[in-house]
Amino acid sequence: MLCSTANELYWMARHIERAENTARLLDVTYRMSLLPYQPVEPGLAWAEPWSVPLVTNGLARAYYERYPTLTAENVLRFMALDSGNTSSIFSCLRAARESARSVRGAITSEMYEDLNSAWLDIRQYDYERVESQGVSEFLDWVKMRSHLFRGVTFGTMLRDEAYHFIRLGTHLERSDNTARILDVKYHTLLPSAADVGGAVDYYQWSALLRSVSAFESYRKIYRDVITPIRVAELLILRADMPRSLHSCMAFIYDTLRLLSDRNTQEVERQAGELHSQLRYGRMEQIMSNGLHEYLMQYLDRIGALSSEINSVFLVPSN
Amino acid sequence: MPMTAYDEMRMADGSIRSHYQYFAEWLNRTGQDRIKQKRGEAERAFHRLGITFAVYGEDSGTERLIPFDIIPRIMPASEWKTLEAGLRQRVTALNMFLDDVYHDRNIIKAGVIAEERIVGNTQYRPEMIGVKVPAGIYSHIAGVDLVRAGKGEYYVLEDNLRVPSGVSYMLENRKMMMRLFPELFSMQLVAPVEHYPNMLLENLRGVSPVDGAQPTVAILTPGPFNSAYFEHAFLAQQMGVELVAGQDLFVQDEMVYMRTTRGPQRLHVIYRRIDDDYLDPLSFRKDSMLGVPGLFAAYRAGNVTLANAIGTGVADDKSMYPFVPDMIRFYLSEEPILSNVPTYQLRKPDECKFALAHIAELVIKEVHGAGGYGMLVGPASTAAERAEFRTRVLADPAKYIAQPTLALSTCPTFVEAGIAPRHIDLRPYVLSGKNVSMVPGGLTRVALREGSLVVNSSQGGGTKDTWVLEQWGEPRERALPEVVAAADFQSQSQSQSQEN
Repeated sequence: MLCSTANELYWMARHIERAENTARLLDVTYRMSLLPYQPVEPGLAWAEPWSVPLVTNGLARAYYERYPTLTAENVLRFMALDSGNTSSIFSCLRAARESARSVRGAITSEMYEDLNSAWLDIRQYDYERVESQGVSEFLDWVKMRSHLFRGVTFGTMLRDEAYHFIRLGTHLERSDNTARILDVKYHTLLPSAADVGGAVDYYQWSALLRSVSAFESYRKIYRDVITPIRVAELLILRADMPRSLHSCMAFIYDTLRLLSDRNTQEVERQAGELHSQLRYGRMEQIMSNGLHEYLMQYLDRIGALSSEINSVFLVPSN
Repeated sequence: MPMTAYDEMRMADGSIRSHYQYFAEWLNRTGQDRIKQKRGEAERAFHRLGITFAVYGEDSGTERLIPFDIIPRIMPASEWKTLEAGLRQRVTALNMFLDDVYHDRNIIKAGVIAEERIVGNTQYRPEMIGVKVPAGIYSHIAGVDLVRAGKGEYYVLEDNLRVPSGVSYMLENRKMMMRLFPELFSMQLVAPVEHYPNMLLENLRGVSPVDGAQPTVAILTPGPFNSAYFEHAFLAQQMGVELVAGQDLFVQDEMVYMRTTRGPQRLHVIYRRIDDDYLDPLSFRKDSMLGVPGLFAAYRAGNVTLANAIGTGVADDKSMYPFVPDMIRFYLSEEPILSNVPTYQLRKPDECKFALAHIAELVIKEVHGAGGYGMLVGPASTAAERAEFRTRVLADPAKYIAQPTLALSTCPTFVEAGIAPRHIDLRPYVLSGKNVSMVPGGLTRVALREGSLVVNSSQGGGTKDTWVLEQWGEPRERALPEVVAAADFQSQSQSQSQEN
């Protein structure tokens, strides 16, 4: 397969997954913002839930260049429909559709049609429509479009290299996102230490679980109250949770092994190492150095793996 | 315009031509609501499928739908048979002419065409002198524009031998018609066109520079911003070959390779949708970002085939057009089956004088113009436009030709006010390689503006499905019911035996 084709497919998948994940992140933020909430330290800007989607994606600076104040409406405008924000849902769908258009010979026509109609649909949205329809309704629509595209891909595409590069993009993006969503709780400080384990704490953790469609699974697996360490375990180490870091990395590792040849041993090794750590890791150890620190380190390593994949498969120097 | 055009569907007395009979009856008994709904469905489907083209010099939306009209252009198979023979003859002669131009130049030696007409042509490529191309074929894919005028005689309007586009619309239009109105196809025998991509792939493989091993074919595109990008991607997908841009290729030791995730892969045949000028910055335009450095050297060395070949433009511009009948006589010793439109060559002083005296009746065209740009349709022009064109012609008469304004045939077409006649043309696609082949029909383009004779999509033209009808009149004989009956019988006996 052409390197440039692989590159477009990989980014097409990443952008769709990113659109879905941005919707999930906005969803968890929206849910948290509905909880009773009193910032104890007004100076601490990121104690405000609506700063979370910006901070976790490193978009705070870009946001303040375009919007004077932090409000729910502005963050939703910026993250959902702002074409000037390259990470907005709108921009992700546009980028995904542009990629698909430039390699439409490498995907099935159903896939292109599906993505193209998602693009034509989102162009009909403006903030007023999102608000009148309901924010959750819009975010659900984004998730449904992503589900639909994944389903069409799964159901129609030949299991060839093109398919593998799509899967690779999806899972890299997803593992990056799960780490970021899990870190959201770190940024959302509780009003006081005494509230840990209280009602607000509970709602925050359950909102986080719901945003990654893990609330019901949590109930099934633990049949018990929601505790931070179990949430972290579910989203980091469980191999049977489709959005956990472990599960994503297993996909990435398997896919890289399918794609690899003698020139790609280093990238395979890096993925294998990350996979082993998740497979044999223990929660106590992860929590001992702090969850936030662990997640930051994980994001760095995912970033390094992405750039290795880039230089080996997608944009090789001659 | 005072001229009465040939109507494809109706005779002068208003009665329906026999090959349109069934369609006309169907149209009469089909409710307006259903037609309206189906037209809407077609438009939405074309949008969703992304069958669009980009219009240069237009800001609003770089992608636009090419309007599709649901009333097909229908012709009887006997008529197509004549056209097919004529096209085969014409394209064969044109390929022989190109081979002759870049090698022996017999046609010049024989005094049929003057040397300066060829070497003075801006599309002539001296770099191609002596370059051997597989099977002596230069224009592997030719699009010949035909029009019908007067009492229905066909004329060749122009030969497109460089990178003719539009074939994807021919294929998508058929798919759309079959999806919208399957009943029309079950009742009549419409010659199929869907196998075009297969024919094209066979044709391209047949001109591979290497024997034996399965040649690797790719389509070279200028990229997603090109107006015909949809078509490039469509054909690549239909043929199952790679769609490449310049940066996907490199040349090493005069061989062309694609950059793939598994390392370099040798390429044998390139169906290029890039103009000659942009193919190779080392040999042609140095500022080209679209091409592949070293491609021409690999081509000269015979390690890669370009389809179409470099330098085919010398045979298809309007200054060479008047000589095509002579080429047919010269190379094939045959009389041309298809007629040319009578053409005044304005480089000749007396013809120029005549043309300018009759500017209000003629069509004046730039020799190198294409896409409906750079032309004046006399009867539809204003005095100011004519004055301006007259000045341009006088400044450089050799750049222009003139032709009588033909009353192009019309076909009923859906317009805002209902169904009305609109002028049409026809572009069949002729494939040349080891042999010459084509699918029946081609792309019918329609000028949607009332009275307009310009059918180009860049000038507001639309398209229609083109039917070559093998059989009509009585509803088509159908073998299906018997087969179905037999299958029913079998499944019945099976279920019975299960019960036993």
